Amino acid sequence: MTTMDAPLLRRLAETGRAEVPFVLDGVPRTALAGDTVLTAVLTHTGQLRRNEFSGAPRAGFCLMGACQDCWVQTSEGSRLRACSTFVQPGMSLLTGIDEARA
Amino acid sequence: MTNAPVIVGAGPAGVRAAEALVAHGVRPMLIDEAARAGGQIYRRQPPQFGRSSRTLYGFEAGRAAALHQSFDALRAHVDYRPDSLVWNVQGDQLDVLHGPSQRTQRVAFSQLIVATGATDRVLPVPGWTLPGVYTLGGAQVALKFQGCAIGQRVVFMGTGPLLYLVAYQYAKAGARVVAVLDTARFADQVAALPAMSTQPAVLLKGMYYVGWLRAHGVAIQGGVRPVRVSGDERVSGVAWHDGTRERTLDCDAVGFGYALRSETQLADLLGCRFAYAPAHRAHLPEHDAARRSSVPDVYLAGDGAGIMGADAAEWAGERAALALLADRGVAVDASRAQALEHKLARLTGFRSGLDRAFPFPEDWAGHAPDELVICRCENVTAGTLRQTVRESGADEMNRLKALCRVGMGRCQGRMCGVAAAEVLAHCTGQPVQNVGRLRGQAPIKPIPMQLIVASEGATP
Repeated sequence: MTTMDAPLLRRLAETGRAEVPFVLDGVPRTALAGDTVLTAVLTHTGQLRRNEFSGAPRAGFCLMGACQDCWVQTSEGSRLRACSTFVQPGMSLLTGIDEARA
Repeated sequence: MTNAPVIVGAGPAGVRAAEALVAHGVRPMLIDEAARAGGQIYRRQPPQFGRSSRTLYGFEAGRAAALHQSFDALRAHVDYRPDSLVWNVQGDQLDVLHGPSQRTQRVAFSQLIVATGATDRVLPVPGWTLPGVYTLGGAQVALKFQGCAIGQRVVFMGTGPLLYLVAYQYAKAGARVVAVLDTARFADQVAALPAMSTQPAVLLKGMYYVGWLRAHGVAIQGGVRPVRVSGDERVSGVAWHDGTRERTLDCDAVGFGYALRSETQLADLLGCRFAYAPAHRAHLPEHDAARRSSVPDVYLAGDGAGIMGADAAEWAGERAALALLADRGVAVDASRAQALEHKLARLTGFRSGLDRAFPFPEDWAGHAPDELVICRCENVTAGTLRQTVRESGADEMNRLKALCRVGMGRCQGRMCGVAAAEVLAHCTGQPVQNVGRLRGQAPIKPIPMQLIVASEGATP
């Protein structure tokens, strides 16, 4: 595991919630009911997206729907604001993490 | 009047405004972008979480629970619209996007209370776009709303009351807080004591957090100048200047901010007159003591019209509702209205004390290196801003935006607007009030493009 792949967020509490299966960059993962998409992704890896102008990784910033820096691609081609959308079973999300290695 | 009054924002101001309207027999529509009422300060965790109010809100647990209980009791008496973003205003109509269904609806209002709240005031530091860097408010949301810390070893940096509160909440919840780095000096806080002593409970809470952090071995350093957040694709440390030399610390996450800034886009689209408010170092929509804006039937309450804090927001929300009621011919208790105005006026001295204790770092722009990214949406640097000013002579924010795209990205300058104005002012040798403010534009937050088309097609 590289630094980039390491989980960014650390769970401190509320870990007894029901599990929610979802898919992250093609890999089956597990989130917890009540997780935002941002939490679901960043408890597994280190980024949500890449900036369109710099190509640099981003992982959100304000967590309250203001900065617009946490929009995540779904594998169906739509976009979700990760901090204000709750994870749903079966969601398939793309962080752009592989683009750096292509 | 055929249309109901509308309140935008279900934080402390919006909930108390709704409560006052309902108490006078009026049923308002209450529109809120969040899934649950409470605003940011009293944000409620998702229903699957079980922590107590005491755990979540600490000393504010009583106030948070009271606000939540008031809202729950009101729920059947208001037309409550959660998950709903007001993204445009045309005349007396709001365009409202319901997030889960992705449908936009046009809502007519007779009168409107704007209680849009605030976000962190950000002054960028090199490396601030790295994964692992969040606003102080964002770091707090991660913990309060999701039970997560933003990293394993966290540094909190910047200034303002939230700096110590969030550090305390993190350490208390079991996170490792490596250091608190405050741009304010200890001398600033001492000098502010007389003004702040008008609100002894608030002052004592602040002192308690600092004392608790020190007692638990958290390093606290005042008088710092943040130099950079280090890291390649992830935070690996911070560097700051302590007045004598540069110092560094290893960490994997940084929470930072410099107090708060008002969310004013909606007031702007409504046509409210703005004025520069030196105490807030910002252009803010004007209002009178009764919270009437310059536009008839539009009222301003809470931190969206100037940062005064959650208690003030509750009072201002109620005061705005009483003004709204009086304007529609409903009899209200004039002595209650006067008492609220008196409480709000008394806070002004305390607020100036807070600014003295946690002063805005006025030398920030002078130290901002050319390669510093100011606009994180479009990756516009301080150097680009300066070059644009040199080449074009631009001396006003909207001109600068048109020329180099700063503030033109998805966040509409919410994150970069304060910093860009400071750089422009410094670069052109003007006081910051002279460079103006970024004008709000619809949609005030990103919405799917096809919704705009559908909505305009529906215009009669």
